[in-house]
Order: sequence, then C-alpha cells, then structure tokens
Amino acid sequence: MKTAFKQSFALTVILIVLFAFVYPLTISFIALLSPGKGNGVKLSKNEKVIGYENIGQKFYSDRYFQGRPSAVDYNAAGSAGSNKGTTNPDYLKTVKERIDTFLVHNPEVKRENIPADLVTASASGLDPDISPDAAYIQIKRIGKVRNLSEEQLNVLVGQQIERPLFGLFGPSKVNVLKLNLALDNLSHK
Amino acid sequence: MSTEILGVLFMFMLTLLLAIPFGKYIARVYNGDKTITDFMAPIERAIYRICGIDSHKEMNWKQHMAALLCINMIWFFGAMIILTTQGSLPLNPDGNPSMSYHLAFNTAISFLVNCNLQHYSGETGVTYFSQLTVMTFLHFVSAATGMAALVVVFRAFRDKTTTSLGNFFRYFLLSCTRILLPVAIVVATILAFRGVPASFAGKDQIISMEGDTVNVSRGPAAGMIAIKHLGTNGGGWFGVNSAHPLENPDYVTNITEMVAQVLIPVAMIFAFGYFIKRKKLSWTIFAVMTAGFLMLVIPTIYYEIHGNPEITKMGIDQSLGSMEGKEIRFGSAASAYWAIITTVISTGSVNSMHDSLTPMSGTMTLLAMMINAFYGGCGVGILNYFIFLVITVFIAGLMVGRTPEMFGRKVEAREVKIAIMIALLHPFIILVPTAMAAFGITSNPDLGWLNNPGFHGFSEMLYEYTSSAANNGSGFEGLGDNTVWWNISCGFVLIFGRYLPIIGPVAIAGILASKKYIPESSGTLKIDSITFSITTFAVILIIAALAFFPALVLGPLAEYFSH
Amino acid sequence: MKRQTSTTLFQKDLVIAAFKESFIKLHPKTMIKNPVMFMVEIGTVIMFIVTIMTLFSVVSGQGSFAYNFLIFLILLVTLLFANFAEAIAEARGKAQAESLRKTREETPATIIYSDGRTKRISSSELKKGDIFIVKAGEIIPSDGEITEGLATIDESAITGESAPVIREGGGDRSSVTGGTKVLSDQIKVRVTIAQGESFLDKMIALVEGASRQKTPNEIALTILLAGFTMVFLLVTVTLKTFGDYANATLPLASLISLFVCLIPTTIGGLLSAIGIAGMDRALQANVISKSGKAVETAGDVDTLLLDKTGTITIGNRKATNFFPAEGIDKTEFIRICVLSSLADETPEGKSIVELGKTQKVEVSTKDIQQAKLIKFTAETRSSGLDFPDGLEIRKGAFDAIKRITEKAGFSFPAEINNHVKTISSNGGTPLVVTKNSKVVGVIQLEDIIKPGMVERFERLRKMGVKTVMVTGDNPLTAKFIANKAGVDDFIAEATPEEKMNYIKKEQASGKLVAMMGDGTNDAPALAQADVGVAMNSGTQAAKEACNMVDLDNDPTKLIEIVEIGKQLLITRGTLTTFSIANDVAKYFAIVPALFIASIPGLQALNIMRLSSPETAILSAVIFNAIIIPFLIPLALKGVQYKPLGASALLARNLLIYGLGGVLVPFAGIKLIDMAVSIFW
Repeated sequence: MKTAFKQSFALTVILIVLFAFVYPLTISFIALLSPGKGNGVKLSKNEKVIGYENIGQKFYSDRYFQGRPSAVDYNAAGSAGSNKGTTNPDYLKTVKERIDTFLVHNPEVKRENIPADLVTASASGLDPDISPDAAYIQIKRIGKVRNLSEEQLNVLVGQQIERPLFGLFGPSKVNVLKLNLALDNLSHK
Repeated sequence: MSTEILGVLFMFMLTLLLAIPFGKYIARVYNGDKTITDFMAPIERAIYRICGIDSHKEMNWKQHMAALLCINMIWFFGAMIILTTQGSLPLNPDGNPSMSYHLAFNTAISFLVNCNLQHYSGETGVTYFSQLTVMTFLHFVSAATGMAALVVVFRAFRDKTTTSLGNFFRYFLLSCTRILLPVAIVVATILAFRGVPASFAGKDQIISMEGDTVNVSRGPAAGMIAIKHLGTNGGGWFGVNSAHPLENPDYVTNITEMVAQVLIPVAMIFAFGYFIKRKKLSWTIFAVMTAGFLMLVIPTIYYEIHGNPEITKMGIDQSLGSMEGKEIRFGSAASAYWAIITTVISTGSVNSMHDSLTPMSGTMTLLAMMINAFYGGCGVGILNYFIFLVITVFIAGLMVGRTPEMFGRKVEAREVKIAIMIALLHPFIILVPTAMAAFGITSNPDLGWLNNPGFHGFSEMLYEYTSSAANNGSGFEGLGDNTVWWNISCGFVLIFGRYLPIIGPVAIAGILASKKYIPESSGTLKIDSITFSITTFAVILIIAALAFFPALVLGPLAEYFSH
Repeated sequence: MKRQTSTTLFQKDLVIAAFKESFIKLHPKTMIKNPVMFMVEIGTVIMFIVTIMTLFSVVSGQGSFAYNFLIFLILLVTLLFANFAEAIAEARGKAQAESLRKTREETPATIIYSDGRTKRISSSELKKGDIFIVKAGEIIPSDGEITEGLATIDESAITGESAPVIREGGGDRSSVTGGTKVLSDQIKVRVTIAQGESFLDKMIALVEGASRQKTPNEIALTILLAGFTMVFLLVTVTLKTFGDYANATLPLASLISLFVCLIPTTIGGLLSAIGIAGMDRALQANVISKSGKAVETAGDVDTLLLDKTGTITIGNRKATNFFPAEGIDKTEFIRICVLSSLADETPEGKSIVELGKTQKVEVSTKDIQQAKLIKFTAETRSSGLDFPDGLEIRKGAFDAIKRITEKAGFSFPAEINNHVKTISSNGGTPLVVTKNSKVVGVIQLEDIIKPGMVERFERLRKMGVKTVMVTGDNPLTAKFIANKAGVDDFIAEATPEEKMNYIKKEQASGKLVAMMGDGTNDAPALAQADVGVAMNSGTQAAKEACNMVDLDNDPTKLIEIVEIGKQLLITRGTLTTFSIANDVAKYFAIVPALFIASIPGLQALNIMRLSSPETAILSAVIFNAIIIPFLIPLALKGVQYKPLGASALLARNLLIYGLGGVLVPFAGIKLIDMAVSIFW
C-alpha cells in the first residue's frame, strides 16, 4: 500500500506538470498562429476596438439592429441563461411584455411574423447572432430612423447572412455586431 | 430547418466514421501492439522509472481497485487544497477569491469523479491556476481512470480463467499518453483556430458600439475545452459552458466538440470487440445503445424544433423552435441533439440551457442519465452497461433452460448480488436525496432553491441528483445550488455514483475471470445475438422505467400533461 | 402398467390439505424465507392497522373503511395464494412419495443373528448392518444387498414393470429394494441403510421442506428478486415526499398497493412451488433425486454418457440380411439358416428365424426333432445341427468357419469373403453358414438402433448436449453405430477407467457430465459425474455414489432428466420475466390513480380509462393476487420445453412471457375494473 501511494503520488506530480502546464502552454503556443492569436477575435471601428466578434453586445437604440434578450444584460464578465422553465407563468409574462415592447418599437410588424429568437433569452446571455428573419423584420424601423431605403437594407442584411456550413449543415445566422458595423458604414456613405 | 437536421445527421455519421478505426487503435494500444504513437514509449518508460512503477506487474481485480482508489484519494486532497487557497495562489489575473470549504468539497469531488457539476461560475469562481491544476488535470486523469477500469474488464474476458488482469498504472498512463493527450491536442488546435481563447491574458475591457464599458472574460480555455469533451468531463471554462460564444464560437467548433465528447465512448465499444476478438458483440452492443439513444434523441429534437407551445399561443413565429436558453449559431435541432448526447454519455457540458428545455425533452435528458448506459461516459459507460448485461444474462439464461453463463463463465449468486446492488444504487442515490430535498422545500418554501415553481421546480431538484448520480454534471441551472446542503449532498451522491459502479463491474469481471471456462455449445445463450440484444434493451428500459417512472410523472411529465 | 401417478393437478384431498397449510405458512418465521412475500406480509399487517384506525376514525386522509378493508383483504388473499402454491406443490410431491412408501411400511422381517438364530421382527426394528432372510412369496422388508442366494423378484410395486427380475449376491445386481416381492428361491440380505434414511425417506423430507435447501440458482434468483423489491420499496417511500411537494395526499393503502403490485409477487409466490414441482416431475418419471440441485444441474448438462446396449440399440444384434453363395438358391439358403437357428435360444438365433419368416420361409420344429444340437463353445465359435441323414449345418464366426471349410478341403468363396468384409466394415457381424462343411452363404447381423433414438439425439444436439456412446465393441463397429445413431462421440472397448478418464477430460474443459450406471465399478465414475444416475437394480455402491436413482432401470431416462432440469430453469426464468413485465401495466393503472385528484392533467396517463382512482387501484391489486393461482398449473407442470436452440427459445419465451407479460395485465386490469366499478 505504501509503495502504491508513493507511485501514485509521483505519477500525480508528473502528470500535473504535463497536463496543467506543458499541455496548455503548447496550445497557447499553437494558438499564436491563429487569427486572434489566442486572445479572441476583435472588431474595430475607426481603428478603435469596439468589441469581440463572438461576444454579443447590447443594442438598445432603435437605430441599431437589436440582438436577443439577455439574462445577464450582455455582461461578458459573466454568462448565464434565464433558466426559466417553458411553462413558468412569470417567464411567459416576460415574453409577452417583450412582444408588446417590440410591437411598440416596430408598429409595422405583424405579431405572427415576430421570430422567437427576438423575445427569448439566449443560453449564454452573450449570443452574438440573430436569425436572418430577426434582422429582416427590423429593417422597416431602421430604415425610418436612418432614412435608408428598404432595398438598401435588404441587400445589407443579405450580405451579412452567414450560410450553413458547406451550405448544408446548421442554421443561417447574422452577427449583430458586424451587421451594425456595416450599417454604420452604409449610413456614413 | 432542414439544414439543421442535416447537421445533426452529419455529426452522428462523422462520429461513427471516426470511432470505428479509433476503437481498433485503442484496442491495439492496450494490447501492447505496434501503433503510430509508439514514439511516446520512451517518455512512458521514463515516467515509470521515476515513479518506481513496474508496468509489467500483473494485478488481480482487487489490486487494480486499490491502486485506483489510492491515486484518486491523492487527487482529491490536492484539489481541495488548491481550491480553498486559490485566491492567494499565482495565475489569478482576475483576482477571484478562494472557495468555501463546501463548494471546494463539491467541486473537487465533482471533477475527480468525471462529473463536473459546477456550483461555481468559471469567470468569477476559479483562478487560471485552479482551471489548469485542478480542472484540466482532473479532466485528463479522471477520464483515464474510467478507461483503465474498463480495460480490466476487457482483460477479464480476453483470457480463459485468469486472475492476472494487467497493470493499472500502465492502462492508466497509456490512456493519458496514447489516447487522451494526442487527440486533445488536435481538438484544442481546431478550437483555437476557430476563435476559442488560448492565451494567459486576463479580462479585457472594451467600449461597445453603444458606448457601454464591458469586461470580457478570457483565458487559456482551448486546451481545457478540448479535454473536457474528449474525457466526457463537461466542466467548462465559462459559466454557461459550451453555450458561451468564446467556448464554442461556431458550428464547426460545435461539431468538433460534439464529436470529441462521444468519440471515446463509442470507440470503446468497438475496442472491446477488437480486444476480446468478438467484433459481432461490439456491433450488437452498439446497436442496443444506438436504439436507446435514438429513442431519446428523436422526441427531443421533435419537441425542441416545434417550439414552446405556450409561446405559440401568443401568436408569434416559432419556426426556429424553442429558443429560450439556446444560441442562434447552433439552432434548436443541434441543441436538442447535444442535450441528449451530453446526458447519455456523462459529459454534462451544455450548449443550451436544459432548464429551459420543453417538458418532454427534459424527460428525455433525465431518462438518459437515469439509464446512464447508452454509450455512457469514458470507460464507465460500458461498465454500467455491463451491469445490465449481467442481469439480462441471468434472466435470459434461465429462459433458455441453463444456469446462466457469460463469456463462458457461470453467473452465480455472488455476481447477481453485486449486479443488483449496483443497479439498486442508482435509484437509491437519486430518489432518496431528492425525497429529502423535496421534504425540505415542502416544509420550508423560503429556502429559495428553486428558480421555477411547481412541477418544474421539482424537476430541477430531481435533475441535480440524477446528474450527480450519473456523474453527468449538467444541470437545470436555475437551481440555487451553491449552498451547504446541495454542495455536500451532491458531493456524496457523486462519490457513490462514481466508485461503486466502477468497483462492482470490475469485481464481477474479476470473479468471472477466475472461474472455470466453459466452451460454447448450441444450448449456450449467445450474447451477441439479435434476440439477446432485444432482451437487453427491454431489461434496461424496464429497470430504469420502473424505478423512475413515478418521479418523472411528478416532474416533467406532470408539467407536460398539465399544459 | 405404470404406478399410479397423480393425473389431475388438483386432487380434492390435496387441495384441502394445501388450503390449511397456506394459513399455517403465514407465520412470519416461515414467510421470512421468501423476502418478496415477507414484504407483502408486512404491508398486510400495516393495512390491518390502518383499517382498524379508519374504522374508529382515528386518522384522516386515509380513505374509507371499506376501501382500506378491501385492500387489506386482497393483500391477505395474495399471501394465501402464494402459500397455497407452495403447499399444493408440497402436497403433490408428498402424495407421490407416500404412495411409494406405503408399500414398505411395517412388513414382517426374519432377522438372522450372528450366532445363526432367527427371529421374526417388524421391519421398523431393522438396523443398518442387520441380515435378514426372505423366502419366496414374502415382501422384502428393507433396502439392502444380497449376501447369499439368488431370487426372482417382482419389482412392479416400485417400477411398474411387471416382468420379474433376477437378483443375486456378489455381482452388480445384488441390490434389492424394500417393498418388492420375492417370487422364487430365497435370499439373505444385509440392511444397507438405517431406517428413515432410504432414498424415499430423503426424498419425502426434501419435498416437505424440512431439509429443503435452496439451490444455488434459486438463491441467485431470490437475490435478484429481493433487489427488485428494494428498488420498489425505495420508489414507494420516496413517492410520499414527492406527492407532498405536489400537494397530492397519498393514502397508505394506495402506496402499499403500489408497492405490492410492483414487487415481483408472481414469481416470488411461485418460486418454491416451481422447485418442488421439478423434483416432483422427476419422481413422476420414476426418478428419485437426492437434492433439488441435482435436477437443476441436469438441465445444464453438456455431455451425456450413454451405454450402447439397451440405451442406443435394442439389447442385441439382429439378423438383417441373407447373402447366399454363388450357385445356391436364396430360398434354400434361408431355409438352411432358419433350420440351424430353430433350436437356438440366443437373441441372434431368434432374430434369424424372424427374418426368415418375413422372407416367407417357414420351417416347422418337426424338421429338426431328430437332429442333434451342436452348442456354441468358445473353442469352436460355431453352432449347428447334425441331422440323422448326415446333413451337417454349421454357422459361426468367419475365421472359425474358414478353418472348418479349409480343413474339409473346400475353398472359401471369394464373393462370400467380400460380403464378410463389407458387413464388418459397416458395423455388422457376419455369420457364415456351411452345409456339410461347404459355405452356402452369410447372414448379416446388425445392431438395431432403437426407434426414435436418432430424433432424440438430434433433439439433444439442439439443446446443446453432446452425446457419447459407451460400448465394449471394437472402435470400427462402435464408430459405425455411433454414426448411424447420430451420437457425437463414442468410447469403444470401454473400461470403467476409460469412462472415468473421459468424464474427467470433459470436466476439465468446463463441461458438466451426466452418466448412468449400475455396477460397482461404475461407482467412481458416477461420483465423478456431475449428474450420476444409478439404476435401482444397481449395487449399493453405485446408488451411494449417484445423485439420482432411476426406479425403472431405464437407460434412456437420462434424456428425460435433462429435459426436466431445463424445464425447471425455464419455468423460473419465464415467470420472472412475466412478473416484471406486468409492472408496466400496473404503473399505468396506479400512478395516474394516485395523482389525478391533485394533478388532473395526468388523466392522459390513464390509458386504460379505468373508471375511478379507487377501482383502478383495487383492480391492479386484485389482478396481482389472482394471477398467482392462474399460474399455479404452469408452475407445477412447468413451461413446455422445446429444443429450438438458445436464441430461438429465448425469442419464443420472450414473446410469450415478456410481451404477454406486458399485455395481459392491461386486459386483465381493465376487465376487473369493469367488474369492480359495477359495485363500487
């Protein structure tokens, strides 16, 4: 038993060195070759970092495309979903309020066209994406606020849609931050 | 929507395509045959020499288990020490505090037993030092522990009548150096190139487009995320695990992480066949497990892509499916698929919030963990399946008029006793603590544990213990689980749910291996026949269904039928 | 001519006895041996207390008195049914054994003391080692071994076989059984067993339960069932708190009903009956097993050692063909053959006459009245007739006849030589016939495989049992017969040592071996074999060494024993499956009933559309109770065994008892509910 303990202890020490230090350092080193150099991919506007490509941001003004509701209010120092059960009455009340609020801000939109992702909280609270439908449905509002034509905006959204992998696997989506960056660029022109 | 379904099919086929040759490779590794990773041999020899391990010393099943428990004990105390002092240890750029003793107890055990129930949040609860020396380290070694235990069972059925079942340290180290480490490096590299952070830099502060100041948590996550899946651990770097956009940035990483977590459990089934030279057996085990998996995953995908009926009533467009607690980049189908994969195998990492699954899907995830033998965790999945196999062999053996035998050895009272005890253990450590918690919350509703009222609240408690018992680690995260009661009670459930289901099957295999070998005749029940497989499937379903049906009825099923 | 075996399952007197016994067995000390039914008993007691309390309205929320009382009553009936199953199996076994024992109670015995004095005493006073004398017409008072003399004995009381048998001291046939009758001559017999220890006594004790021990397989199954019981205890107890959380009040009666319905009471109640019935079936086949384990082991046998003579082939060789020599008329040749055999009393001789008859050649005994009979001797190895007119007919072994012909100056015909060779190589025995020292032809003698044996071996092969023929023949003949009969292997020129070695070799490779034997020199092999069956006519040593005794001395009995053993295990397995499968329907009856009041949505789970929660629970418990008596006949007779091969057998039983076990209670509970709801 004593020898087994000694052997186990020695093995533990060696493997901690291997797995807790050598392994992650190796990966860090490899990651230096990757697009974000292992720090995450950042996006800039006017050469100023305005966010991470993959971290959703809160957009509350009507002049931007809005992302999904977030249980942590897009605080990227943490992350969480709402963890509400699908039949929870309080939760359903919240959803109803979101629908109503959305309709107030987008009076042209018909209730039955509101995509579910705009009124349900994401898993991480940091979801950077919305569905293409959720982007299209905001065009009327943004067009009015920014004085842009619907066609222009349709084209813009169309350009920003990321198609399924190989066109075959997974959903289509739109990165809200990138879309809004492109939107600002369009307005700028 | 159809591309979402195609994506799911693609993930499943890709898994199978990789798992079969990988299974063959695994069998060769444990068998000591020539493999492409033989360049690791000098390193292994050096490690044996430094540790004073004679890797050729044969052990019987008891010695194996003694070695397993001994080394696990060392890890437990090590993890406890680090977690309770992490605030003052290096590599803490975000200045996170030390853990309370009960949270440290829960966390240390949880990672030790390959469960990774996380009652803390990765961004604020642990330091980089802990993430690496406790989490990442235990991700590797706890997976290797399960695999080594399974190889003991492999050995027991490879040879006729034997008590020498190989060397534990050798199986353990080979699992680390030949299987986990190389694949983890590949997976981590893919993840890093798709945007998962891998540097040691701390939180970053940015000003958002709308002018908000936001802190973004980061860290050397890619390596940890690779092994958390490969080793079916599931404990993530960030609080929301693989739903976090830095932990799982896109559909490619989603496929990678998905395939990585189910690769070894499936490959092990085929490794078994290659190792004991009964490939047909592998296929029948795979068929039973896959049938069970499909039985769980099909309804889950169905209910998730059809959306939340309560929201449908509000008259909005639910063609995306039930999106509460899901991420757009995965969609509802791949999220549902992940929810079942992560619960049938014991990963417990999530890419959507299980608390927000529709009631029927919640039932399926619970059932997946209650059965805990369809694919199952790294190594331990087949060990759990093995228990069902023993019980099936016994009942079916009687039905064909012979005292039951398995792999040419008679299954007698002692083996049945162990098997039924292990089978009994699972409902025991789920139902009894759930009953205690239910009693607690009924008599004192102010405890404030539950994030949801009614049946769903009950499901949250049931899920927590089911996840602990199955060493899964996912949760209905609405449960306020960082309290003394939950930390300690789950800790004990975790210990029982881990070690007894390892020791039991290994003991049965060890005892069977030492028995006289009986050659097969046409009167022998063949355990790789279709009929026997159907019987096994029925036994698994009936045992799980019978023990957990009432609890499910009062939880998610009541929720389902009441709305 | 078989001894009366109980033909109906439920004889009136047995049922009455069993009925009484089922109440006596309610004693907790007896019940605790059966963990499943013991839990039911505890539930019954609790229900009794609850019923009393509701009668005096001490408690609230437990439902009406009538409901509680009914549940209590049904649980009690469940217990009684289970006890009855065991009791009736015991009663039948006992009756079976008693009918054997009756023949030997209190017979007068003439004991001989060492000084030669004799004294008339009662058989019950005989002790082991005593020597007694039995004369013609007397009943043998005790089991024993003949020390002196030879007698014909009528053993029909034991075996049902009317033909008397010869027993004599010193040889392999020296054993006599108490209760049989000496027909002629007189014998001295030494008592070999103490009173109350004869096989029958042991058997009766086994059945009565006094010394009945659980077999290893029964123990394993009991553990499994106890495990299931624990799971359901857990389910029921925790359900109470779950119910509290959901604001559903669960009366004790409902919880206990759920518990009793879920635990495997069906198999739990029938388990011991199945075991007893197994021994009982063996006894009906006139086999006394020394333990329940022996019957069980028989079901597992991998290798069966069978004696050729009497088991595989009909006692002796038979003539099957006549081959006349060139130039000899066939009819004439047959006539000569028959002539030569008319006075031949050996079975071979008789068979030649018979074969002649089928070829329409009749010879009357008058033809040989004058002839002189030349008997077979080991020296001449031929026999024949010398007629007064000088005609000499001889028949005998090839080499003996060859010598005769060559001595007389004739050459041995080549075609006869060929015939002789083919016959020999085909496992037969050639018998060459001469007329006046000139070869006239050859008779083919062959071993005749008993009718039906080929099919039986096929059946055994499908069961996975390897058959081995044991014979004293030379390897060539043995091989031929083995092939023809379809046995898997043979031991030729077998000696007891060789048999022993074969058994050991088989066992070393992990197989279970069964054999039958009678002689003293078989005793070591019988002891070595996993299942050794001694013939009742065999020596005491053989009977001591074996674990079963066949009263019929029928060598094919082994096959029957194997099937009985398998049937025993199958019955256990299928009823276990049935019992557990039943739970599915019971869940769908009880669980919605428990919660419908507080969670109306769960009505969706009431797929049987049972009329009310109370009737649903009552119907489930009633079904649970009455399924036991419904299955008693199956438990006693055993599930039919079909040699289909393991997988097909499993599929068949799974379909009948597994799927059936799921479906039957749905129908049963629904029907009972319809009936109950008329009154409720």
